[in-house]
Amino acid sequence: MTALTPILSENWDRPDSFTLEGYRDGGGYGALRTALGMEPDAIVDLVKKSGLRGRGGAGFPTGMKWGFLPPDNPNPRYLVVNADESEPGTCKDIPLMLANPHALVEGVVIASYAIKSHQAFIYVRGEVLHVIRRLRRAVAEAYEAGLLGKDILGSGYDLDLVVHAGAGAYICGEETALLDSLEGYRGQPRLKPPFPAVAGLYASPTVVNNVESIASVPSIVANGAEWFTSMGTEKSAGFGFFSLSGHVANPGQYEAPLGITLRELLDMAGGIRPGHQLKFWTPGGSSTPIFTEEHLDTPLDFESVGAAGSMLGTRALQIFDETTCVVRAVGRWIAFYAHESCGKCTPCREGNFWMVQVLERLERGEGTEADLDKLLDICDNLLGRSFCALGDGATSPVTSSIKYFRQEYIDHVERGGCPFDHARATLWGDQTTTTGGQQ
Amino acid sequence: MSDHETTETAGAEEPREAFPAEVTARLEPDAKEIISRYPRPRSALLPLLHLVQSEEGYVSKAGMRFCADQLDLTLAEVNAVATFYTMYRRRPGGDYQVGVCTNTLCAVMGGDEIFQSLKEHLGVGNNETTEDGKVTLEHVECNAACDFAPVVMVNWEFFDNQTPQSARELVDGLRLGEDVAPTRGPASLCTWKQASRVLAGFEDGRAGEGVQAAAPSLAGLRLARERGWTAPDPANLPPKPSEQGEEDAK
Repeated sequence: MTALTPILSENWDRPDSFTLEGYRDGGGYGALRTALGMEPDAIVDLVKKSGLRGRGGAGFPTGMKWGFLPPDNPNPRYLVVNADESEPGTCKDIPLMLANPHALVEGVVIASYAIKSHQAFIYVRGEVLHVIRRLRRAVAEAYEAGLLGKDILGSGYDLDLVVHAGAGAYICGEETALLDSLEGYRGQPRLKPPFPAVAGLYASPTVVNNVESIASVPSIVANGAEWFTSMGTEKSAGFGFFSLSGHVANPGQYEAPLGITLRELLDMAGGIRPGHQLKFWTPGGSSTPIFTEEHLDTPLDFESVGAAGSMLGTRALQIFDETTCVVRAVGRWIAFYAHESCGKCTPCREGNFWMVQVLERLERGEGTEADLDKLLDICDNLLGRSFCALGDGATSPVTSSIKYFRQEYIDHVERGGCPFDHARATLWGDQTTTTGGQQ
Repeated sequence: MSDHETTETAGAEEPREAFPAEVTARLEPDAKEIISRYPRPRSALLPLLHLVQSEEGYVSKAGMRFCADQLDLTLAEVNAVATFYTMYRRRPGGDYQVGVCTNTLCAVMGGDEIFQSLKEHLGVGNNETTEDGKVTLEHVECNAACDFAPVVMVNWEFFDNQTPQSARELVDGLRLGEDVAPTRGPASLCTWKQASRVLAGFEDGRAGEGVQAAAPSLAGLRLARERGWTAPDPANLPPKPSEQGEEDAK
């Protein structure tokens, strides 16, 4: 049985967890003092040794990303934190920044020092007003305490940190679109290479890291790489948030070593809601191919999830029970991708638009079996044919749902409509009307 | 992203081309402060658009002109950006923007029923405003609160675990001018214009209000406390899983 490892969430049950005092009480900013006594390159090496991989979905080794900055480029270097958490199902960075913004701020200072940057940004999605207030207050407190600004803790190191609120665009979670947005343009992905390490913000060397990745850095500096690798698996080291949502008894954040299984997590979360059975789930958000009951024991690490045909992504475990219509679920996800496609690449812009039409037709029972081939054909023309991963991601729910639930699509065709009663899937679906009718 | 709407409502009075001198004079110091945060001025465009939205409640042609003048851009350049991002309103709306999440997980958990119920209750459709000018209703995409589904956002504050009934009561309260508090947020809601000012980067002194975390955010931590689970002790690390496996095999 895997045990949970509360690290970033360790202080969340303190009402003042988001304040400087609340964070310092638990040893906060101790790692910064340690880091400032180290050579910057030694921190990069430490993070490389820890095996920390990006927690934003792609899982690229964080230390290696830092190491890619060209040593001879004369331009200023930038650290940009990707706090644009918008992948459907993903809900870890927002509660982290609400409850513990100083963990992120401390991570930003250490990471910036390590990569020799003097200007950092937190690009936070705009649709989370209170999170933005908390981040800004944490940054202001850090400035006041000499943890940001000039000569941090007497080290001679200077760093400025700006909290930048986005304005509503899923695509800005893609790192090059985020950089365009931060430069004041429409958020559209850039052709890579050059990668941001070489030509990022203002065409200068830039590191873009996810909130949870950066917030994990202080714990690695404080406790060492061996401590970090004592959790998780050989190639997927450390801990992370597993966010359970949907038809589970106790949805929420479960901070655990990578490699934990959904069966273990469901056991901790009280199981599927009473009287129901697991039907399908996403291991890491809507862009990761869906799993079913047969994957309950798949270790949730990058390699195992990949080998089982999906991706670990952001560990956004959206759980759906047998009351859920998979055609409706997939159709709604594709409507999202169609809405959020930035329009730059034709396969993504047009492919998602047409898939919505086909999926809606199927859900209404007006489709044909040939529509399934049409969907797979569109996916074939989408996957790998756009600048960024948004287009690729959109194919995941379509192809995986047809793989596991082809018959359910055909049932819609044969019945001439949806065989599901959507009301049964709701949060209040199991409440009897004798309780007064909560609707 | 690309709802093809015009900037102004047809039939409305001729739109202003620029802010009155008084407004420009008042906003200019704010704009200068925003621009000073960035190594390059154009990075200030998104916050500046939030700023002009805080003035008028939406991004008007005059607001875009103000941004363009501050950054030495053309109106077309500003318009191209303003129309890309969904948080900028392109026409006047209510004091409270009520957004019901209808992305897959929230929709399945009841977001569709909530959205339908609010449309009927308020007598408005998607992206429409009640006659009293209080509430603009829309459906929104995933707002990163899936463990609190179904979720309703008002002026980008969280109203977690909603039902059609609680959502109807919520909008009734907003229309009656009652103090309404988000589930995770400040002690009461601010208006759309005030929220836009926070987004532009100006404090409203309310960061300390409200809970640090609500029950689902604490679900794992509480269980760990109950069962005595902690992170490994760095001074006393357990043997590596591979070594453990070898030991077990012996």
